[in-house]
Amino acid sequence: MKFTTDEHGYYGKFGGAYIPELLYPNIKELEDNYIRIIESSDFQKEFISLLKDYVGRPSPLTYASRLSEKYNAHIYLKREDLNHTGSHKVNNTIGQILLAKALGKKRIIAETGAGQHGVATATVCALMGMQCTVHMGETDVKRQMPNVLRMKMLGATVIPAMSGNRTLKDAGNEAFRDWINNPTDTHYLLGSVVGPHPYPDMVARFQAIISEEIQWQLQEKTGKNLPDYVIACIGGGSNAMGAFYHFIEHESVQLIAVEAAGLGIHSGETAASIAKGTIGVIQGSKTMLMQTNDGQIIEPYSISAGLDYPGIGPAHAYLHDIGRTKVLDATDHESLQAAFELTRLEGIIPAIESAHALAALPKIQFNATDVVVVNISGRGDKDMDTYIAHMDKYC
Amino acid sequence: MNRIQQLFSKKQKQILSVYFTAGFPQLHDTVSIIELLEKHGVDMIEIGIPFSDPLADGNVIQHSSTVALANGMSLSVLFSQLEHIRKTVSIPLILMGYINPVLQFGVEKFCETCQSIGIDGVILPDLPLHEYTKEYKHIFEQYGIQNILLISPQTEESRIRMIDQQTQAFIYMVSSSSTTGTKSKFNDEQIHYFKRISSMNLQNPLLVGFGISNTETFAQVCEYTHGAIVGSACIKALEQPGTLEQNISTFVSSIKG
Ligand SMILES: Cc1ncc(COP(=O)(O)O)c(C=O)c1O
Repeated sequence: MKFTTDEHGYYGKFGGAYIPELLYPNIKELEDNYIRIIESSDFQKEFISLLKDYVGRPSPLTYASRLSEKYNAHIYLKREDLNHTGSHKVNNTIGQILLAKALGKKRIIAETGAGQHGVATATVCALMGMQCTVHMGETDVKRQMPNVLRMKMLGATVIPAMSGNRTLKDAGNEAFRDWINNPTDTHYLLGSVVGPHPYPDMVARFQAIISEEIQWQLQEKTGKNLPDYVIACIGGGSNAMGAFYHFIEHESVQLIAVEAAGLGIHSGETAASIAKGTIGVIQGSKTMLMQTNDGQIIEPYSISAGLDYPGIGPAHAYLHDIGRTKVLDATDHESLQAAFELTRLEGIIPAIESAHALAALPKIQFNATDVVVVNISGRGDKDMDTYIAHMDKYC
Repeated sequence: MNRIQQLFSKKQKQILSVYFTAGFPQLHDTVSIIELLEKHGVDMIEIGIPFSDPLADGNVIQHSSTVALANGMSLSVLFSQLEHIRKTVSIPLILMGYINPVLQFGVEKFCETCQSIGIDGVILPDLPLHEYTKEYKHIFEQYGIQNILLISPQTEESRIRMIDQQTQAFIYMVSSSSTTGTKSKFNDEQIHYFKRISSMNLQNPLLVGFGISNTETFAQVCEYTHGAIVGSACIKALEQPGTLEQNISTFVSSIKG
């Protein structure tokens, strides 16, 4: 079984393609071609070989013995942090750059929050000799400077987005505007399972490699290919969709998505789009988003630039709506605590985004026999300034 | 015949439709701006509903939306300002905005309020044809609200013909592949596109929008179509020192000559 949209690009009542007519031909071109291209044997051969020899897949599944002891369960870490460029984002950028090539595109644009998607995009553009422009909120340019410099070294042009809160959503708006202005030669390499159909489904297919590997890695390590829990953070939801994908139809696997609560769900400074959201349209997709009664999008807040987004991919809105996933949240403080805990117990410095997934561990009542997989979506190098600033409090 | 069709039956050339963002520059300027635009010879008005994330707009309209929202504009405030607009204004009035505020207000309540006020049409750039016909067309039709659809230089002929079937108002021709904003002159490629669409003999009249900002661009589009929609240039004019009336009068002459 494949978890995918209906023929109109919807997951239940969520999804669709709410785009200006100016973008219709671009979206239509993608929609008409993406499955054919992705499923072709040429594409698959190149995709799989790049994931193996360039990205370094399969990413390890690490048994976390000291963390397991602490939480009294069998905890495994899916090590997307060990991918080339340092996060799961590269799985999708490899897929989309091959698709863009197959469609004859010359120029790539992307939005980025934490800069991980921007770096992963700039990387594949360097690899394929494509021109690359990355839109990044000015606030994020400041808080994720090492990634800005990496993108520049890789040859990308980084354009600071000056609208709104100058974070991920605003970078996305600027990328859409760039695409409207450059409709024919440009591919918009969107970084999560958000946006108009077919992006949510396309990005999910590229990230599904995460759960595909977890299945056989668990089989090797435990003799069973199904865990009891899979836990992942959600900004737009791409690493979570990848980690959940092949388990969705197996009802025995509890799927836990962790949103960024910022200063707290009720603080007014949060990015918890399911906990605080209602249904509406954001950046081309009908989904759960944080908005006023009047339908204006509320500026989100999270310590984590990658989770600082007021919406959520439509597939996650759907899976939550039908009760298939459980959505928890973690504050800035809980996530920092979890990041320092993993560092000291396992010698792994996680991305602040991934630390949100780890922060769910103390919130769940495990049985001692439970097999738990936590998706470590990225590594913490880009977050060192944040961690250093909080070192005294958490070490 | 609806008010928009009546306009086009009386006047086929040099139609000037003006867009402005409601609540800008001041929250309570809306009604005065509409009355002054009519007084100074504008044929039709598009009243912008400000939105926090206007994807298809360039800097000028983004800025006016941000100011309008900070001033306290919302769809319900706008509707209360427009409650008696038909006592003083007779030209066609259109609301233009993004779909999300309309969804939150309720599509049916929105159409019903438009009808009771005397709003003739709606332009929602991020409500695509398919979603419109599947979910909302019957509601719009029930309340006699025209949904005006956009086409761009990239839109295929078969789709233009489909769009032409969906409305009894006009077709909003986006001048080039771009977000809203001003241009000083249209190039050969754009002129070719104006000619191409004009020769399709569509049932609806054509108005060109995005990029018209002066007498030259207005004259260029009027040569091939029924007229133009001007937005960013009006917003810029409203920000000038001087009274609303002076700014609007100067603005209209800067387009019509
Ligand atoms: C390491 C890491 N994890 C997670 C995310 C959040 O994105 P998503 O929810 O699409 O996985 C980001 C985004 O920048 C990231 O860099």
